[in-house]
Amino acid sequence: MTNATVLDAELDTFPKLLARNAVKFADNPAYREKEFGIWQSWTWSETKDEIDALAMGLIALGLEEGEHVAVIGRNRPYLYWAMVAAQSCGAVPVPLYNDAVADEMAYVLENCKARFVIVEDQEQVDKVLEVQEKVPFIEQIIYVDKRGMRKYDHTHMNAYKDVQAEGRAGHQRLEPIMRERQAKLTADSTCVMLYTSGTTGKPKGVVLSNLNIISASKSSAEFDNLTENDSVLAYLPMAWVGDFIFSIGQCFWTGFCVACPESPETMQSDLREIGPTYFFAPPRFFEGMLTTVMIRMEDASKLKRKMFAYFMDVAKKVGPALLDGKPVGGMDRLKYMLGNIFVYGPLKNTLGFSRVRVGYTAGEAIGPEIFEFYRSLGINLKQLYGQTEASVFITQQPDGEVRADTVGVPSPGVEVRIGDNGEVFYRSAGTFVEYYNNPESTAGTKDPEGWVATGDAGFFEPDTGHLRIIDRAKDVGKLADGSMFAPKFVENKLKFYSDVLEVVVFGADRDYCTAFINIDLNAVGNWAERNNIAYASYQELAGHPEVYKSIKSHVEEVNKSVAEDPMLGGCQIHRFLVLHKELDADDGEMTRTRKVRRRIVEEKYADLIEGLYSGASEVSTVTEVTYEDGRKGSISATVKISDAATVARKANAA
Amino acid sequence: MNATADTYVTEDGRTIGGPVMEMKNITLRFGGVTAISDISFDIREGEIRAIIGPNGAGKSSMLNVINGFYHPQEGEIWFRGEKRKPMKPYQIAQQGIARTFQNIALFKGMSTLDNIMTGRFTHMKTNMFWQAIWKGPAEREEIENREIVEHVIDFLEIQSIRKTPVGRLPYGLQKRVELGRALAAQPKLLLLDEPMAGMNVEEKEDMSRFILDVNDEFGTTIALIEHDMGVVMDISDRVVVLDYGKKIGDGTPDEVRNNQDVIDAYLGVAHD
Repeated sequence: MTNATVLDAELDTFPKLLARNAVKFADNPAYREKEFGIWQSWTWSETKDEIDALAMGLIALGLEEGEHVAVIGRNRPYLYWAMVAAQSCGAVPVPLYNDAVADEMAYVLENCKARFVIVEDQEQVDKVLEVQEKVPFIEQIIYVDKRGMRKYDHTHMNAYKDVQAEGRAGHQRLEPIMRERQAKLTADSTCVMLYTSGTTGKPKGVVLSNLNIISASKSSAEFDNLTENDSVLAYLPMAWVGDFIFSIGQCFWTGFCVACPESPETMQSDLREIGPTYFFAPPRFFEGMLTTVMIRMEDASKLKRKMFAYFMDVAKKVGPALLDGKPVGGMDRLKYMLGNIFVYGPLKNTLGFSRVRVGYTAGEAIGPEIFEFYRSLGINLKQLYGQTEASVFITQQPDGEVRADTVGVPSPGVEVRIGDNGEVFYRSAGTFVEYYNNPESTAGTKDPEGWVATGDAGFFEPDTGHLRIIDRAKDVGKLADGSMFAPKFVENKLKFYSDVLEVVVFGADRDYCTAFINIDLNAVGNWAERNNIAYASYQELAGHPEVYKSIKSHVEEVNKSVAEDPMLGGCQIHRFLVLHKELDADDGEMTRTRKVRRRIVEEKYADLIEGLYSGASEVSTVTEVTYEDGRKGSISATVKISDAATVARKANAA
Repeated sequence: MNATADTYVTEDGRTIGGPVMEMKNITLRFGGVTAISDISFDIREGEIRAIIGPNGAGKSSMLNVINGFYHPQEGEIWFRGEKRKPMKPYQIAQQGIARTFQNIALFKGMSTLDNIMTGRFTHMKTNMFWQAIWKGPAEREEIENREIVEHVIDFLEIQSIRKTPVGRLPYGLQKRVELGRALAAQPKLLLLDEPMAGMNVEEKEDMSRFILDVNDEFGTTIALIEHDMGVVMDISDRVVVLDYGKKIGDGTPDEVRNNQDVIDAYLGVAHD
């Protein structure tokens, strides 16, 4: 590999890191999980014991070197251990999205030919059994939670604890085998295989080596000075590369503690209890949190509302400057200090951000107001730009150079260049090895010199050297009149309104741009309640004339701001509609990481798009929906279409 | 008792033992009104036994008889091979019989956790003196009981509402908390009075799953009253049908479904 980063031979695999941590940080907590109302913790030496026991148990069950082991479930220490245990056996862990329906799982399980599947509970076991009818490779299912499992046929099924017990019992026979297999692992051995969410087409297995993961973890940990005293909350899907980097990569590299929530619903209160120092969340999460705060403030007493408004103004003025260490006047400092006592401190405590030293957001653009809100409270929220293929990090924002509209400078050890068509390319030690069993795709993405195409169009700001991302390169097109069309640019502007959840803009090769809009039920529902607007369903609320009116005013404001852009002024929205259902991953309209699948939306709602361009004032449609358990149903609706005023484009400056 | 002779294994692999509770010729009157007349049936170890019937058939009265709240004028109740003397409801609770109520009877202002903790009351041994001093036995006892309660919370998947006052919860969840309180007593026999009344389909599905899981995981014998025929036929092993205080059917769901008297009672054939 070009640009070779050389790892210390003593620390180039996860079993080696585990052995080091079990000695160096023996009594420090490595993993925590809230169970039965109490935070249970495991020290590094206990973690090593658990992982070794499972690894030996897996060897006893017949796990061979080089195989794939599928891991399915929500974030739990047991499943993180399972991944490292698989590595200890010389096998490769493949985490899957736990909310995927059986059909989606079938594709991945068939593609990676996993014989061993380690799952969380009965729900996942049922899905795997369903898949097993079609995919013959699955031989052993290992489950963590015993509940409801007594009646299952256990000829090819084992409880996690029982596998560990077997491993412990046979350690004299099994340990030498495990040690021998561990010794064979090197920096170039595959560390993990992660399936890309597949915004386009079927998911692809991204093969990441130990070198990729460990060097990315190492340099990013150094970038933000992460140490064994930090802690994170693991709540994002285990199948996502970021979670692997945070909850295993950086955790094993630095020795910090990973806490797992009690259940997905308790995440918020668990966050508050743990108070992590290092935190990652997609923009959607921060948006949702801000919306909740604002809704609750609206219901607060008058005094509290006034205090909140006053001190938030102070924070907006000086908070970011204080965070960046810029000079701030004495009076403002004093006011900020008071604000910290009365508003920011308690608010941060409620949100669980009291101890956050470094926070990241990535995946989508974040609204400037949202971004500023958190930064003004004194939370060091930054942006990064990354990809599964890069072991996350491509660019990130250094402390003190944080802005809402850029994604920062290239991460340490990463080279970035912009191609002739504006596409962003990178290469680094973290760059993936290949797509599993897919040489064409590998060749199409990574050139022989190791440069990887991101598929995103962007440019470096000449003054600051920061990268700005415009849109997916393939989504950037032209309107019929030849002007540039970048849907994301407009969508992001609209999504920054709290009552807008999702937007899809159309316009490639058309005369003008149009949009589908999804309202945010939380925000709009609360607004409806306060204004005595009755509604019985999402559909009814979405079609309400008052909702249309407020969305229309947002669209028109956005049109004004779009008109000011010299390159993208043609992307103003002429007509829009509010969708009668939320775009949903279960319906295939979004990826599991909640990115819109443009082409599928276009196909599915072709009748609505036709309506947008035909001048009709409403369209009747029937839409198929998939419920969480995989059953299908349909909803029919008459969707209104509204026109929006547009602004004449400013004369092109150039 | 001839328990072993009757033991059988259901299709889904559960072992059903001999009768734990036998009702023999029970008659219950309120003044001149006969609520239950001469009814006999049994509840076997490990089974899910449903009591169904139209409104006013005497189902809840029957449950109250089992539970010791009403004392029948005639008939005998045999529990675990012994004839039961007239008892107070709390004495019956101590025997290992817990119940939920048709109209939720929780402490609305208390949290889910505290409500479920009250289910442990019959198991607490320390007296008021120790509890006031708190340190020592009372504290140890509280920790032991809390652990059992936390397992119930985990079992019913209500971790996220642990600290929420029950009055603020939606109806379906309140029903679940009430089930939790009954489970916290670690009963041998669990009586459920219309556990699904007023629920939507999804809540009913959840509740059915929990009832089956309780029976399966802890081997708890369950007697339930329910109006939703679909649910009853799906989850129970045997069904007893009451109408106007009389037993008109008893058997497996299939037998009951095809019983002409039962069909008449539900389709509303005129009574003489």
